Amino acid sequence: MTTGLIFACAGAILFTMGVAGVMLLDHLLRRILAFNLMGSGVFLVLVGLAQRAGNPDPVPQAMVITGIVVAVAATALALALARRLFTLSGGYTLPETPDD
Amino acid sequence: MKPLKHLTLILAASAFAALLIAAMFALPPPTVNLAASVAADMDRSGTAHPVTAVLLNFRGYDTLLEIGVLLLALLVVLAVSPREQHAGSAAAEPVLQMLARIAVPLMLLAAGYLLWAGAYRPGGAFQAGAVLGAAAVLLFLAGLLPGWNAPTLRLRWGLAGGFLVFLAVAAALLGQGALLRYPPEAAGALILLIEAALTVSLGLILAGLFLFLS
Repeated sequence: MTTGLIFACAGAILFTMGVAGVMLLDHLLRRILAFNLMGSGVFLVLVGLAQRAGNPDPVPQAMVITGIVVAVAATALALALARRLFTLSGGYTLPETPDD
Repeated sequence: MKPLKHLTLILAASAFAALLIAAMFALPPPTVNLAASVAADMDRSGTAHPVTAVLLNFRGYDTLLEIGVLLLALLVVLAVSPREQHAGSAAAEPVLQMLARIAVPLMLLAAGYLLWAGAYRPGGAFQAGAVLGAAAVLLFLAGLLPGWNAPTLRLRWGLAGGFLVFLAVAAALLGQGALLRYPPEAAGALILLIEAALTVSLGLILAGLFLFLS
């Protein structure tokens, strides 16, 4: 078991926690955080799996740094939308669907 | 019924995590060795650091689209955030202000170093842009920089400049036969030009994502 594989396993756990968070939490801010957790997990899996043989691979690392910056932009966008929802509806939760 | 639903979801998520981990342990070793092919082409890439070479030379396409995505996100943030209300930063503590005045010049220096270091060690436009954006956010939080309401013409050029420079380089090099294939002798200079423009734009965009929302 190399350190790369440990990183990848931690990433898988983080990803699953993020998935559960997105499904379980109602507050939009928490959902956005959970979504970020999913993203961080994916990044850890990408980098960790690529270097599980021992030597780091620059290609997934470059992909991940691209992904991190895009994730920052997506988070800001989600926050802007959440704030817009707050000014329009006064709350940070999505309306319940009737069949729920 | 809510606790039961939560419990089921948590159990399902744990099973999913166990499945993922088991799959990663069962994964065969990769058949293609990307690190070796990157190392083989390093002397034609114009930089000495493999990650920078992948980001701006071998997979420059991704980076071009990435700065496009960032610009798009900023445009949407501008479109959905209300215009009228504009509160300057409330906190104006003298200690924070003095610390910000000391830290920001050092942050600018660090950003310049990170940009330059990207040629031969970890660093580059994204890290430098992140430091620049953080410096602007620090100035705003210390009450030294007002929040941004609507971008002025100069700010718009700054925000879009990195993307435009990157696009211009890509368009000028279309004659090479493929998108963003640099001639090896000019690759270093072109990468530095793109990275410098990207640093300024990224810093402004990341700061804008905070300051337009504030």
